[in-house]
Amino acid sequence: MRSDGVEIIKTTTWSPGPGCHGGCGILVHVKNDKVIKVEGDPDHPWNQGRLCSRCLSMTQYMYHKDRLTRPLKRVGERGEGKFEEISWDEALDLIETRMKQIREDHGPESVIFHQGTGRDIGGWISMLAYAYGSPNWMFGLSGVSCYTPRLMMMSITQGDFAVVDASQWHEKRYDDPEYEIPETVTIWGQNLPATCPDGFFGHWYVDLMKRGTQLLVIDPRCTWIASRAKLWLQLRPGTDAALGLGFIHVMIREDLINTSFVEKWTNAPFLVRVDSTPHTLLRESDIDPTGSDENFIAWNPDTGSAMVWDVDAQLYKDSSTLPSLEGEFDVRLADGSIISAKTVWTLYKENAAGYTPQVVSKITWVPEEKIVEGARMYAQSSPSALHWGLPIDTIPSTIPTSQALNHLWVLTGNLDNPGGNAIARYAYDVVTYPYHSGGAVLSLPPETAEKRIGMHDYGPIRDFRAWAQPDKMLEQIFSKDPYEIKGMWIQTANPLACTGMEPQKWHKAIKKLDFTVCVDLFMTPTAMLCDVILPAASFLEKDSLKAWWVPLNAIKKVTQVGECRSDIEINLELCKRFMKDFPYQNTQELFDRLLSSAGLTYDELCDNTWMMPPEGHPSKPYFRYEKGLLRQDGRPGFRTPSGKIELFSSWLEKWELEPLPYHEEPPYSPVSTPDLFKKYPLILCTGRRMGPYYHSEHRQIPWLREQQKDPVLEIHPDTAQKYGISHGEPVCVENWLGKITVKALVTPVIHPDIVMAEHGWWFPEKEGKEPCLFGVWDVNVNQLIPMSHEGKGGLGAPIKSMLCKVYKPKG
Amino acid sequence: MSEYGMLIDYEYCTGCRTCEVSCKQEYQRPAGRVGGVEVTEYTHTLPNGKLFITNIPHFTRACVFCAGRVKKGLDPACVKHCMARILTYGKVEELVKMLPAKRKAMIWTKGSS
Repeated sequence: MRSDGVEIIKTTTWSPGPGCHGGCGILVHVKNDKVIKVEGDPDHPWNQGRLCSRCLSMTQYMYHKDRLTRPLKRVGERGEGKFEEISWDEALDLIETRMKQIREDHGPESVIFHQGTGRDIGGWISMLAYAYGSPNWMFGLSGVSCYTPRLMMMSITQGDFAVVDASQWHEKRYDDPEYEIPETVTIWGQNLPATCPDGFFGHWYVDLMKRGTQLLVIDPRCTWIASRAKLWLQLRPGTDAALGLGFIHVMIREDLINTSFVEKWTNAPFLVRVDSTPHTLLRESDIDPTGSDENFIAWNPDTGSAMVWDVDAQLYKDSSTLPSLEGEFDVRLADGSIISAKTVWTLYKENAAGYTPQVVSKITWVPEEKIVEGARMYAQSSPSALHWGLPIDTIPSTIPTSQALNHLWVLTGNLDNPGGNAIARYAYDVVTYPYHSGGAVLSLPPETAEKRIGMHDYGPIRDFRAWAQPDKMLEQIFSKDPYEIKGMWIQTANPLACTGMEPQKWHKAIKKLDFTVCVDLFMTPTAMLCDVILPAASFLEKDSLKAWWVPLNAIKKVTQVGECRSDIEINLELCKRFMKDFPYQNTQELFDRLLSSAGLTYDELCDNTWMMPPEGHPSKPYFRYEKGLLRQDGRPGFRTPSGKIELFSSWLEKWELEPLPYHEEPPYSPVSTPDLFKKYPLILCTGRRMGPYYHSEHRQIPWLREQQKDPVLEIHPDTAQKYGISHGEPVCVENWLGKITVKALVTPVIHPDIVMAEHGWWFPEKEGKEPCLFGVWDVNVNQLIPMSHEGKGGLGAPIKSMLCKVYKPKG
Repeated sequence: MSEYGMLIDYEYCTGCRTCEVSCKQEYQRPAGRVGGVEVTEYTHTLPNGKLFITNIPHFTRACVFCAGRVKKGLDPACVKHCMARILTYGKVEELVKMLPAKRKAMIWTKGSS
């Protein structure tokens, strides 16, 4: 403690608070048990002393007059805004009684556990859902359109996730001798300085620019970072797959492929049956009745016959010959018949052949010469890294789009190399927030797990991530088919203002349920509808830990506000009530268990605050596929069914989806719905980031709100003039689903045929009770976006590519 | 007598306005009142047709260049927290030597007192 009575505590940011995905090291100044200041920690490698405005506003956030500090119980009608304060014991008893009653009458699957974006919640809400017995842990964004599609596609392509290597694995960062500055970073659909998404610190790109990295930016808007790019491609929203395939076309045509990498590490030489559709990978069992259906087939050019890729041995059986990379061959099947098969690489080239710059330019609006220039810039740079954003998830064609983009770093060999796309795992393999199935604190018996909503509709929902499919869930609330939904536990989420498309439907659905609980820090439009509201602690008021991706961080409780409790403590207490023999008595025991893979206790982690995985650990780059650090069996290769990077995806084949990438038009567009386009002649894009706010949060924080008072619609000057709209004046945005009125921001940064609306808006200062609900219906752009338009595979939704018209409000 | 000032390498200013809030926190200035620094964004269409966004932080009359912090050997609050690390506080004669060669930048002087 200092002589002035101020104690300075080192900790790490996450939620609740700045709202973001966290990771910054901070120094918290505490006096008389009150936080008086928050500063960046210069010793933390993540932010190196910096800190954004949301975190610097923490004192206004924590001690806000509207902060919920005691549990509330609804006493009036739903939405009437009548609540009374109750004690924690009363609140927990009430929740326990009501939820156990639902479980008894309707089964545990009839309660949904609804979380929001990547906050400090995934581990704890899944724990609660499973302790209660429900498989319906859910993130509410239509098509699970936030990182999950990209994570899924990366997982099935190379068995692991990969992110841009901005030196975040090194304590010395850019100065580490092992690190290389990327020659080019391609930023595909993200305004990085305005956001810190998906375990990434946006301003690392400014650090890299200063060190010589050049940028290729792909965005319908000219963001600040796009204006600094060597090349900026302004594409039509939702056509990213076509552009990616255009790049691949040029790279193949101009011989810019890293062929030795592709030949050695991908399934490019594997044979695919082309005698029937759909095309399928040939298996050993196809040619040999005693062969395994997990082994694949390639062509031996020496013997002129098939050779078998043994997935267990990770070798070709009985052969040291390199298989043919290209060609079409006659293969004798087990029944004696002869069929025609092509290598994956031959099919891959045929698939890309159709995406000429001319074709792609027509689809994407990007000029032909710029497509060629972009492909060359990406492929000829070394190292070259590709950063992609949420727009890759928020389109129904997210699966082929993510696949095409993932292939770019595979085709150039920019995988797990310094300054390329490094494989990202949880530091020390400590799973605090499971991104895919498995890794949860508890598990469910198979007969309950089988009841998860959407898993029988979609392969990726079944096999990749243990979330219920939100579009199917919302439908089921109304259809009651195959079972009734009776309750919802909402934590770190605000579906009425933010995650819910067609929010009126969510409004109706939530009001229809027998029992709803909301855990939050402030009253929100969603909380207003709930039966019990529990006051959550901010990240400065709780103990936790974070491993997304590196380093492994401790989050330490520095003070207490009101009677607020952490999401973890709340859930742990209820777990004990819902589950007989719940194995953890307190958070310390739970954290110690989670940290066992690192050989640490929580106290030891707290002593260090943060820890970087050491050299040679599977969670530390580089070139782990060569060193045998990625696979369980220790062999070189990848964690995929074949052990190779699967350009032709065996998982997609299994799910009856196209195994190779392709372009698919957005469901509403000038091309797919030309008649609708006549009536609604502008492309409505939403969800661009706002510096002071994270999604629907922070509108009540004075230092942040003064930066932007009202929601805006970005509109090009020519378009504004055409429709008689003036800068700063109200503008109506309308389509067949709904209408909002916001302020016009007339700016040339947006394409004349596109308008960009902000998401997540509501007004904490307005009346909370119905019908006003903090003014959410006036401004929530999700009212113009439908539910139940999820892409094939249950992933992706048309959030970035709707149609609308704009006009000046009458009167 | 040495004059102190702020080197602003504004071509890398992303307009995140962290400087504004760091100042408000340091001095507990309420929202709605002027702080020590404000950022202005300009969107220009250059003669070659290229769009270019420039953000310029400027130091208001309310700025004291964090005299109290500097006395303790600390950086001014905005310099410490700037996400793009574009601010350097120091003696003007030193700052002049640090001006980047290949891009526009400015030095904001404090004025001797």
